[in-house]
Amino acid sequence: MTRPGAPADIRIFAGLAALAFIAVLVCGALAGLAVEGAGDLSGALSAFDPYLLRVARFTLWQAALSTLLSVLPALFLARALSRHPVFPGRGFILQLFAVPLALPAIVVALGVLALLGRAGFMADALGKLAGGTWPGIYGLSGILVAHVFFNLPLAARLFLEALQTVPSDQWRLASQLGMGARAGFRLIEWPALRQALPGVAGLVFMLCVTSFTIVLTLGGGPAASTLEVAIYQALRFDFDPARAVALTLLQIGLTVLVVSVLAWLGANTSGDANLQVAPPRRYLAAGGAETAINAGLIVLALAFVAGPMVAIVAAGLQADLGRLAGEAAVQRAAATSIVLAFVSAFISALLSLALVAARRALSSRRRGGRKRLFEHAVETGAGFVLVVPPIVIGAGWFLVLRHFGDLFAVAPAMVAAVNAVMAMPFAVRAVRPAYDAASERHDLLCAQLGVSGWNRFTLIDWPVLRRPLATAFAFAMALSLGDLGVIALFGSDSVQTLPYLLLARMGSYRTQDAAGLALLLGLVCLALVLAADRLGRERRT
Amino acid sequence: MRSLLFALVSAAVLAVVAPASAKDKLTIYTYESFTADWGPGPVVKKNFEAECGCEVDFVSVADGVALLNRLKLEGGSTKADLVLGLDTNLTAEAKATGLFAPHGPVSNVDVPGGWSDDTFVPYDYGYFAVVYDTESLKEPPKSLKDLVEGDPNQKIVIEDPRTSTPGLGLVLWMKSVYGDKAAEAWSKLKGRVLTVTPGWSEAYGLFTKGEAPMVLSYTTSPAYHMIEDKTDRYQAASFAEGHYLQIEVAGMTRHGAENPLAQEFLAFMTGPGFQDAVPETQWMYPAGKMDKPLDPVFDRLVEPAKTLIFSSDDVAANRKAWVDEWLGVMSK
Repeated sequence: MTRPGAPADIRIFAGLAALAFIAVLVCGALAGLAVEGAGDLSGALSAFDPYLLRVARFTLWQAALSTLLSVLPALFLARALSRHPVFPGRGFILQLFAVPLALPAIVVALGVLALLGRAGFMADALGKLAGGTWPGIYGLSGILVAHVFFNLPLAARLFLEALQTVPSDQWRLASQLGMGARAGFRLIEWPALRQALPGVAGLVFMLCVTSFTIVLTLGGGPAASTLEVAIYQALRFDFDPARAVALTLLQIGLTVLVVSVLAWLGANTSGDANLQVAPPRRYLAAGGAETAINAGLIVLALAFVAGPMVAIVAAGLQADLGRLAGEAAVQRAAATSIVLAFVSAFISALLSLALVAARRALSSRRRGGRKRLFEHAVETGAGFVLVVPPIVIGAGWFLVLRHFGDLFAVAPAMVAAVNAVMAMPFAVRAVRPAYDAASERHDLLCAQLGVSGWNRFTLIDWPVLRRPLATAFAFAMALSLGDLGVIALFGSDSVQTLPYLLLARMGSYRTQDAAGLALLLGLVCLALVLAADRLGRERRT
Repeated sequence: MRSLLFALVSAAVLAVVAPASAKDKLTIYTYESFTADWGPGPVVKKNFEAECGCEVDFVSVADGVALLNRLKLEGGSTKADLVLGLDTNLTAEAKATGLFAPHGPVSNVDVPGGWSDDTFVPYDYGYFAVVYDTESLKEPPKSLKDLVEGDPNQKIVIEDPRTSTPGLGLVLWMKSVYGDKAAEAWSKLKGRVLTVTPGWSEAYGLFTKGEAPMVLSYTTSPAYHMIEDKTDRYQAASFAEGHYLQIEVAGMTRHGAENPLAQEFLAFMTGPGFQDAVPETQWMYPAGKMDKPLDPVFDRLVEPAKTLIFSSDDVAANRKAWVDEWLGVMSK
């Protein structure tokens, strides 16, 4: 992997280790299922029927539309937020944007329906517009609204992370040259956004490909169905491991195809290699008209994201929150959730840092020329874990581990590990822009001064990476907090998380308790995100 | 010398036997809502432990289907002595795993149509039904035919038979009433279906939020609302063709056949120590002998004119074809 003569780079070893961890987790599970299913391949072959073709087409179609509708507005929203770095409530909006990830899909579906459903808050007004009774948003429109709710905030935060790597010197120059908003966007912001675009779009696309509860619940019938549903069915009612593996491979293959096309569209621009001399300050003030437009954009986005959340809060407030919070089961679940989320976010941040560093080390060593397979693997390959359904990883490992003792004892470790890996692609997107920009600026200087290893990390990299790592940590935590895929298989009386408890209450007529737990879950998530933000804040000098 | 050998051997034997005799343990795999604080689990555990002087250890997963999968995943290495929470649509498949052992004598079993399975013992049962909101639906359908042919503006939320037990229940219900014409009936009903959710929780959630005036649930669902919420708002519609039956059962694994407590528990399960807890925790009918009377609310529930059920073997043999038929019509 290293050229002869080139010094071994610790970053590459770290990347290798992270990659190995992920590969073992995914391939081990697939191998476990494949061995179990090898005896009977008929199910795997008969799975490829015309219905599956329609499902595959619909899966890609809804995911592509959802991505477009989430990512495009997010670009402008991120730009608006970055142009106005200080206004009251800005910090809170950004923290709120991490909460949808932690909410179980059914909670979000009910929240969206509370506004736009047939019995929703807006039903009368919408009915008048539509002329007649409001039919609700069942079908593609419902799926899209819910997906945008999940992904618009996520994409906006990641784009904002990319915009924040633009050095102040560029802004100073722009202001000296008297650049207007349009020129500033074209010459300064767009290059930074464009570099982040394929990655963020790919991430959102993968999330929508694997959507399950949203697609079925709001889709209006089995015509709206995804491959994930077919995989779930294969493992659940049919217990056909061979078919599950075949469908998972199909899902990975299709996603790789689409994401590769996306990567093509994005340019591989390199960051600014100059050391930043200007103090971090904004030089390009937004004009009056622009401020109004930006404010409008932010208010609109906030209304879209906050609407369903308000509905969720309102439903939650009707529950007997005092009793709920006092229940031993709830306290236990909250503690379990927080510990699991914390551990998996920590592993996730480490994994993503290792991958990002290795990618950077490889690409700077290459100096042009074609990328090797290894570089592709650390760059985008690892991200495809997102389209491996958790139920597949869970079931596969179950089959592998049952020969080696106590399954229940390893359950918490398994949940944390799978969640960490599932959150890794998010963390990578948050960390990479800052890491690459910092590396571009500091690599030569560090080489000259002979600063390397731990010293370099604590003195040079940490101050710059602190904030993006905190963002990565917050997202990973939110994501693990809301996980229902892994826990559904490994969950037992000893490992119960808040979402698990929530679904259990919902499954036994206790809808109010469930609504209360959703509120609690949102609050826990908000608190954790707030804490992560605090930790990551740069000290003002 | 001989006495020393004897002492060593007896010490070794004691070391092996002692942990087992400290307190005998019975491991039961079941689903989450059974062991929840409000479920029958805690009461059942207390009552059986008092009777047997042993320790009951529940291990719970999400639902009945997950339970069977868990067992398949663990295979011969399972720790379960008993598996409690499968329904009759799953028992043929469960038997086919070869992981279950026949049960010994049990008494008091009382389910509609009688019971004669050598492996599984029922502990409760219920009927699928369309539950409706009396505030938004004044004239509920009086038969499956009414439901199929009624006003398409009055919507119903149903569950997906590929992912949920009630969803499969409705497919079987339609099949048992319409037979070869089931596909036609589904294509008529399709216009009335607001959406098809992955599970019961999502469907019932939509229903109670007022998104649709009807949902596929159980005849016993109104009992929960009448007893716990003190409201008569949600009622089940009585269908002239009859209602499809779901029976929930428990069975002993081969591993559990070596533990005498497993058989003891199956016998206990059909008696008052278990059954008294069933109606108002499971919201199903008891399948055995109770000591205390049923809450009068249960007398107000729909009593099916006819009980519909396919044999477990029929379901196992046709499930895939029938679900595919459903899928073919509904996904057009």
